Amino acid sequence: MGLLSDPNRRKAITSLTLSVLPDVVCYLAGIAWFMGLAFEPFTLRTYMSENAMGSTMVEERFPSGERALATAREFAAHKKKVGGMPVDWLVKTMRAQGLEVFTQSFSRNLPFPDESKERFVVRGTNVYGILRAPRAPRTEALVLSAPCSPGNSNNQAVGLLLGLAQYFRSQIYWAKDIIFLVNEHDLIGVQAWLEGYHHTNITGMGYTPLQGRAGSIQAALSLELNSDVVTSLDLVLEGLNGQLPNLDLANLFHAFCQKLGILCTIQGKLQRSDWDTVEGYTHSAQTMLLMVLKQASGRPWGEHGLFLRYHIEAASIRGVNSFRQYKTDATSIGRLFEGMVRKLNNLLERLHQSYFFYLMPSLTRFVSIGYYMPAFGLLTTILLLRALDLWVHLGTPTPVTEDGVGEGESPSSPGLLSVLTPVVISHLTGVALYTLPVLSQEMAVEHFPVSETEAVVLTAIAIYTAGLALPHNTHRLISGEGTEQGWRVLKLVALLYLAVLLGCTALINFSLGFILAVTLVPAAACVTPHVPKALSAVAMVLLSPGCTILYCVFLFQELQEVPVSLAEGWMLFLSVISQGILDHALYGSLVYPLLALLVYPCWLLFWNILFWK
Amino acid sequence: SLISLTSVAFLLRGNCKHVRTKDSPPNICGFNLILVPDIKICRLVNVKTVIPMVQLLNWRRGLFPQTKMAAPLTLVLILSVTIRAVLFRSSLAELISERVEVVSPLNAWKRGLFCYYVLQENNISLFFQTPLVIYLFHFVVDYAEIVFMIVDGITAVALYLAVQNYNKNVFRKQKYALEADRYPHDCLELMRSPKEMHYIPLKVAMFYLLNPFTILSCVAKSTCGLNNAVMALFILSTLKGSALLSAIFLALATYQSIYPLTLFAPGLLFLLQRLYIPVNPCRSRFWFFTVQYSVMFIGSLLVIVCLSFFLLGSWDFIPSVYGFILSVPDLTPNIGLFWYFFAEMFEHFRFFFICVFQINVFFYTIPLSVKLKEHPVFLIFMQIAIISIFKSYPTVGDIALYMAFLPVWSHLYRFLRNIFLVSCVLLACTALFPVLWHLWIYAGSANSNFYYAITLLFNVGQILLVSDYFYAYLRREHHLSQGLYLRRKDGSEATLVLK
Repeated sequence: MGLLSDPNRRKAITSLTLSVLPDVVCYLAGIAWFMGLAFEPFTLRTYMSENAMGSTMVEERFPSGERALATAREFAAHKKKVGGMPVDWLVKTMRAQGLEVFTQSFSRNLPFPDESKERFVVRGTNVYGILRAPRAPRTEALVLSAPCSPGNSNNQAVGLLLGLAQYFRSQIYWAKDIIFLVNEHDLIGVQAWLEGYHHTNITGMGYTPLQGRAGSIQAALSLELNSDVVTSLDLVLEGLNGQLPNLDLANLFHAFCQKLGILCTIQGKLQRSDWDTVEGYTHSAQTMLLMVLKQASGRPWGEHGLFLRYHIEAASIRGVNSFRQYKTDATSIGRLFEGMVRKLNNLLERLHQSYFFYLMPSLTRFVSIGYYMPAFGLLTTILLLRALDLWVHLGTPTPVTEDGVGEGESPSSPGLLSVLTPVVISHLTGVALYTLPVLSQEMAVEHFPVSETEAVVLTAIAIYTAGLALPHNTHRLISGEGTEQGWRVLKLVALLYLAVLLGCTALINFSLGFILAVTLVPAAACVTPHVPKALSAVAMVLLSPGCTILYCVFLFQELQEVPVSLAEGWMLFLSVISQGILDHALYGSLVYPLLALLVYPCWLLFWNILFWK
Repeated sequence: SLISLTSVAFLLRGNCKHVRTKDSPPNICGFNLILVPDIKICRLVNVKTVIPMVQLLNWRRGLFPQTKMAAPLTLVLILSVTIRAVLFRSSLAELISERVEVVSPLNAWKRGLFCYYVLQENNISLFFQTPLVIYLFHFVVDYAEIVFMIVDGITAVALYLAVQNYNKNVFRKQKYALEADRYPHDCLELMRSPKEMHYIPLKVAMFYLLNPFTILSCVAKSTCGLNNAVMALFILSTLKGSALLSAIFLALATYQSIYPLTLFAPGLLFLLQRLYIPVNPCRSRFWFFTVQYSVMFIGSLLVIVCLSFFLLGSWDFIPSVYGFILSVPDLTPNIGLFWYFFAEMFEHFRFFFICVFQINVFFYTIPLSVKLKEHPVFLIFMQIAIISIFKSYPTVGDIALYMAFLPVWSHLYRFLRNIFLVSCVLLACTALFPVLWHLWIYAGSANSNFYYAITLLFNVGQILLVSDYFYAYLRREHHLSQGLYLRRKDGSEATLVLK
């Protein structure tokens, strides 16, 4: 209690918070801490935590890689013939292998056409076969899935899946049912299947109920393979809303890649051993930043992304064929899957031993929540310090002489109205930004020469920009002029609001919270009505959430080593926005509503303060 | 106005805060300057200090200004009913009624309904609610929403009337003390003016009705609203001085959830104070009244319990309701401190720690009653807060009841230390509850420790809030007896430190 009630110590604390220095230090320390996470000595080595997967030995004997590739070619031929998913052929083949085969048809109308994948009204069929566990009561299941992609891609994945099904059928040690899922229309198909499996309907999908089910799904692996041989396998972990599978799944993959001598990557980046050189550090920083950007986007980056929502640990494994000499054939990949599935089959309970909150600067290194949260905490501290500063200012217009005693008359408190009005109006703008783009697309298409997708994106940008004119209009609504106290109270409210908002976001999706904090915190901390208007307005706009997305697009391209020009970047930015809205409508991704309904209004509050009259 | 000016000047004799030089020009019109003949110097009294004093003295008859506040109160009631009605009709109602922060096993509408139907169909008594509430369900089950809105309204109006009455008393007391010149002379700033007290009852009603916690609790149809109404009626009848009604409502509240038993002490203290009976164990009048009040309380409690027995024909409800409250068998997470602790505990320590935890709730009554025996209403506030923090199945509805009292202590604001910190903590925790619940239950990526950490922080925040108010209250009382500007022996400024 001493610290909280002793006036002298309190005075020391408050006088410390009043200067700008701690803010700058906190900000730089936060960024430095974050960048330091990629430095190998500061990270932890991954290790297998789950006993059931760690100590048990399995022997991989999958022999029939060539046969799987033959099946893949047959599948490709049938796919070409039917011009889509060869449902009958798949059903026949799976049944011939002794699986219980079922189909599920689904349909989904997109809110507006998806131009990157060229689809609007989606109809498709999922085919799945269940290999019943011979030695267990069928209460648990594992899923192996492969998408049936349009064109000539991903045939090998389906072939390998069928090959594995045939091989697994002849083994006796399965304790969990294994579901082999071939889905159409990539994520939409998976979404329909998962919703059917769990009897939910959260996204307004039309689907036929599943005829056959297995037990509760413990883990899922998704396979993407485009060529007969691969040079490396890439592990994809980032799921819907930035959710990640248990780290043990990544450990499992890495352990088997090591065992079988397969090159494995994460974010398409190989592991480097020279961590003490600049190149080594840059490499792992790039890997980590890529992960952060992917996680922040809140999109499912592979089919596994949707499983995570149902509490199913899942990862996608993607075959990469580059110009390297060292090649891996289908048999090895099959063995890798066999080993992973057999270890997962040994699980006694869901994967829970290892971390769920982590960042990976390389496949063997990870940063856990305890290490990365301080970086975010340092940034949020700035907001709290500023809020405390304002609080002290509001409480004591004259300097305090004693604790609580002897201050002058409390200043006339600003009307509730002058604070409430900007808050309500900003949120209404947010609601408009959230609802109008999709609702008004038809009208926009009628009046302007644009396609539906462009209409949605451009409406969103228009509303976003129109929000900048708000301060002028807000002031007209308030009777009388804003007072000096008025903006202080508004800023106090906005700072606390932003701190709570970012804190909650960072808990669910650290990357998103951190990226938003990096840009929003300086703007929020510095803004007052007394700074030079034009300059700060430009700075504020540059630090707004919309521009943050733009920077992220450029940074992402830069990190992937496919830099883009400004025009291309702008086009990418537009497609990212439309993808964000679509992800929200199709899979329930929360990034778009979060930005539109909460972050943008919060930023508008600070914008209002800048133009406070 | 000249007369009142003179009397103010007389009152302020020698005690003006700001002393200026003799040369400062007199400004009679603005009341800025008051000439005090017997001090022989010219003193400038802050105009804002004087005007309330003039107001104070204008109400000579000791009447608190009776004002027409019915219209704003009605407006608040209508607004709150509208918000609740909208929420009841929205899809959120279902979601809210399943939140563990809002409903506990003891007050969930669904479980109450379940008991009711089981009792009706099979004649098996299976209780999570007291029998009287289940019989109440019999009448209200079809229009539950309206009933819960009305109950909230009753609570708010009862609190409104109670606080109005209390403020009137406070004001009267202050006036007598002022006239008797009992306050030190530099405490004028601490005096409460009718102007600031005017809106307090309305603010209390508003704090209760528009508090998001109350709204959530009402929309979830948690029977916590009923308990709050009974407690509010107890407070109202006590403050109005009706010993019988007070005892009956206290018995009802105790019957509902045991813990309000601790309100017996403040209720008794208030009634004693009202009858001018000193709290003195040597005096027979003190004992006479104490016994009288206890008999009324125990009598009505017995009547209610027997009534429940006759309604049901069995005593099953006693172990299943009170045993449930006291032995905490249901460890569903909530915002309290019990669930995690007892979920982690080895079975053979359980009984001991249950005793410790339950005694903890009741224990504070004794020291607080001793310390606050002159201020029973503040004691009621402290007790309600302690119950809602330490009870076995707390929900946000319980918190709403004591938070409604915060405007009553708005004059303590200048002595509060950590109000900013505490409100930030409470705000952040309220936002983090659903987030961590999502991470734990739905995403599966966090675990119970995360949720419990927030629960713990939330409760620490509440405890800090309550102790801050307690400290501020005591400090104001200290200043009222010792003077506002404390001096050390060497003449330097002294500060009060709580260590």
